[in-house]
This record gives sequence, structure tokens and C-alpha cells, in this order.
Amino acid sequence: MLASLAGYLGDLDRAEEAAQEAFAVAAARWPETGVPDNPAAWLVTTARNRAIDRIRRERTLAEKLHLLPAPEAAVDEFDDSPIKDERLELIFTCCHPALALEAQVALTLRALGGLETADIARAFLVSEETMKRRLTRAKAKIKAAGIPFAVPDERLLPDRLDAVLAIIYLIYNEGYSGRVDLGAEAIRLGRVLAALLDGQPEAHGLVALMLIHQARQAARFDGDDLVLLEDQDRSLWDRTLLAAGRAELNRAVELGGGGPYVLQAAIASLQTRERIDWPRVAGLYRRLAELTGSPVVELNRAVALAQAGDPAAALSAVDRLDLDGYLYFHSTRGELLRRLGRDAEAGAAYRRALDLATTTPERRFLTRRLEEL
Amino acid sequence: MQYALMFYAEPGEEAELSDAERAAAKAEYEALRDDPRFVSGAQLQPAETATSVRVAGGRTLLTDGPFADTKEVLGGICLIEAANLDDAIELAAAIPVARHGGVVEVRPLVGLR
Repeated sequence: MLASLAGYLGDLDRAEEAAQEAFAVAAARWPETGVPDNPAAWLVTTARNRAIDRIRRERTLAEKLHLLPAPEAAVDEFDDSPIKDERLELIFTCCHPALALEAQVALTLRALGGLETADIARAFLVSEETMKRRLTRAKAKIKAAGIPFAVPDERLLPDRLDAVLAIIYLIYNEGYSGRVDLGAEAIRLGRVLAALLDGQPEAHGLVALMLIHQARQAARFDGDDLVLLEDQDRSLWDRTLLAAGRAELNRAVELGGGGPYVLQAAIASLQTRERIDWPRVAGLYRRLAELTGSPVVELNRAVALAQAGDPAAALSAVDRLDLDGYLYFHSTRGELLRRLGRDAEAGAAYRRALDLATTTPERRFLTRRLEEL
Repeated sequence: MQYALMFYAEPGEEAELSDAERAAAKAEYEALRDDPRFVSGAQLQPAETATSVRVAGGRTLLTDGPFADTKEVLGGICLIEAANLDDAIELAAAIPVARHGGVVEVRPLVGLR
């Protein structure tokens, strides 16, 4: 509804205001008159009419008046024409890279997720006042700087889609915070995006990745201890989410996808199989490392190599990486050295990892590994 | 909508370009004037030629040099008429300084009503 109004009015603030007014009118009227046949259309039309009234009142310049479209229908007559879906335009506006990253996240949750400002503030650990200012500033920039309310043309689309996907994944990774389940919200947004932009493999890839992660959510923690994939209780996995994730992955592959999200989803999917095909996982990590140039991905590739039965090759891959400040670099080295029977070096690596550990579960895990040597 | 494009660069950065690159950049700046979005523009003399002026208590105070003492200095400005921010960004990204280590700041102008 907000997207449709924002598209019509070209202004997020007005759209929000108008939507609130329409709900207020509905709350007052529906108990007496009954709910109209098409409540959504009723709300949109009412909101539009209210917004137009308001704009007319606000604008005193006579020449502006004739530029405004006339209300198409009085509040009580309705056609059954479907409401134009403008959520796609809205998401590209909210995730425009000319806005600060934190503003993009907040706007997306507010305008597309329909979350309350107070809940978004709580999820990101800032005061409601700060979040309100952040949203106001972002909306003011959209208007003043002329950030378009449009799906980018073909030349811009790949970059802008990347930006949108990054925001959704960022929201997903915030997880469950305060009263809002941001993980579920991100999946919902991703699904809307993938459906509206069907034909974009990376959008399906991201949805697949989030669904497969989500399916394993209940098994990832034992108290606050992180449970490694190989030790997870598979009976806790959500089979429905897993199947939905694999279906999205298949769609992405059908579309010829091979971008970072599709690769990550394919890796996550392989890792949920009864028998994990580690050489294939290592191969996918290799492709992902080539695309992203990320040493952390390369570290994961090394782990897959070790799981595939070649800890020596894994160790030589790890030793080429420049990740000295990274806990998992040292814990991975420790694990590989242990498997190769080089216990003294393994101990040194685990101790280095322990120095870098910041959380109690990490420390507990590493101490246990050290004791087992 | 009208936008100002402001070109910032570290002085001397252009000197690192080869003659061919510099000639190509010059041609691109001149071609800007033929873009349908171009309204007006100017290249500025180096920052050392700047004088900053302020008036306090009725007295005009002068300082040698540009207002902000930053590594990157304003080297040129250009006013354009673009459909929206994406349209303006497209033009900004095509300006040579943006890929030669400098920055193009895009600012909407206050609209005339």
C-alpha cells in the first residue's frame, strides 16, 4: 500500500501520512458501514484522496493546481482494477547507494517492512529519536537530491541490484533483535524482490541462501555455544525451509546463475546433505574466491579441502593467507596442524586464536581444543 | 532538476598523467559543453591564487588561500540540468577527474519557484 501511494505521490512522507489517515478513517467508518468488498483498494483510494486534498490545501500557487491529477474516484465508488505494485520502485529508492548504508537499512525496514520506527531503533541499538532523525534525513535527501522512484535501467540494474541484495542480506544477518525478527523480515523482502524481478538469478540465490541458513537456525546454538555444522542435531533442521531454499536455488541455477549469492547458497545446500561432497564444496569455494578475492573465502576453501581428506594441501593454502588478526585463521591452522600430528604447532596456533577470542563461547571452545591436544 | 557538479582533486595529480591521457581528458572536458544536460561551467585557477574574504565588525578581512585547507581542492564547477540524481551521477562519473584520483561532488540546486 505504501509503495503504491509513494509511487503515486512521489513522496514517501506524504505516502506515510496519507496511509495513516486512511487507516484512521477506516477504523472510524468500517464498524458502522461494514468492511468494503476490496478493503485494500478502498484504503489506497481513500489515502490518495486525502493526500490530494492536503496537497491542494498546502499549495497556494495557482499554477501548481492544474498539474495535480484529479481524484479518479470519490471515496465510495470503486472499480476493481488491481492496485499497481510499486514495491520494486520503492525498494530501489530505499536502497539507493547515494544514501548512507544505515539509512538504506532503516528506510527499507520502515517503508517496505512496515516496521515501527521504535522497533527499528531497538533492533539497531539506537534511541528512537536518533532513528527518527536518520529516517527524516534520508527522506529529505531523496526528495531534495532527486533520487528517482524507478527501477534502474538495464545499464544500472546490475550494480543497483547488488546494492539492494546487500541491504537485504545485512538485515538478515542482524537476526533476531528486540521485538522484531529481522531474519524473517529479510527473507520476506527477498522473496518479494525475487518474485517481482523473476529472471535475476542472484535475487533467487540470496533467498535460497537465507532460507537454508534459517532452516538450520534452531540447531546452531546449544545454550549460547555455537554448534559446528558437523555436530548439529539434524532433527532440529526445518525441512520445509530447507526444501524452499533448494527450490529457490534450482530456479537460480535454471536462470544460469553463478554469482556470489548463488555460489554461497549452493555451498550451504551441499552442506545440508547426508553425505557432504567436500571436493565439490571446495570447488565452489574456489569459484567464489575468484569472484570476491576474499581471503576468508579462501580459508573456507582450505577447510573444505581438509574435509575432503587433504589436510596438507589445506594447510599450505592457509599459510598463503594474510589473515593474522583473524581468529578463525588461527583456529583453522590449529585444527589442520592437529590433524597432521604437529601438536606443538597446533597448540601455539590455538593459543594465538584464544588471544583473539572476544566471547565466552569462543574461549570455551578453544580451551577445550587445547586441552584435547 | 538542476545540479552543481564540483570537481575536487589533489593539485599535481594531473601532472602524473601521460601527455596522451592529459590530451584525452582535456578533450572530454571540452565535450562536456556539448552534452544536452550542460548549463554552464568553469575551470578554476589553482588554490594558491585564492583569496578568502570575510566581514567582521564592518571590516573586510582577507586571508590568502582557499577557505578550507584540505588536500583536495576545488578545481572546477559545472551546472547541469538532469532528469534525476541517477542522470546527474552518470554525467559526474564520466568526468575525467573522477577516475584520476579526484572526486566529483553532486549537489542539487535550490529550485526556483
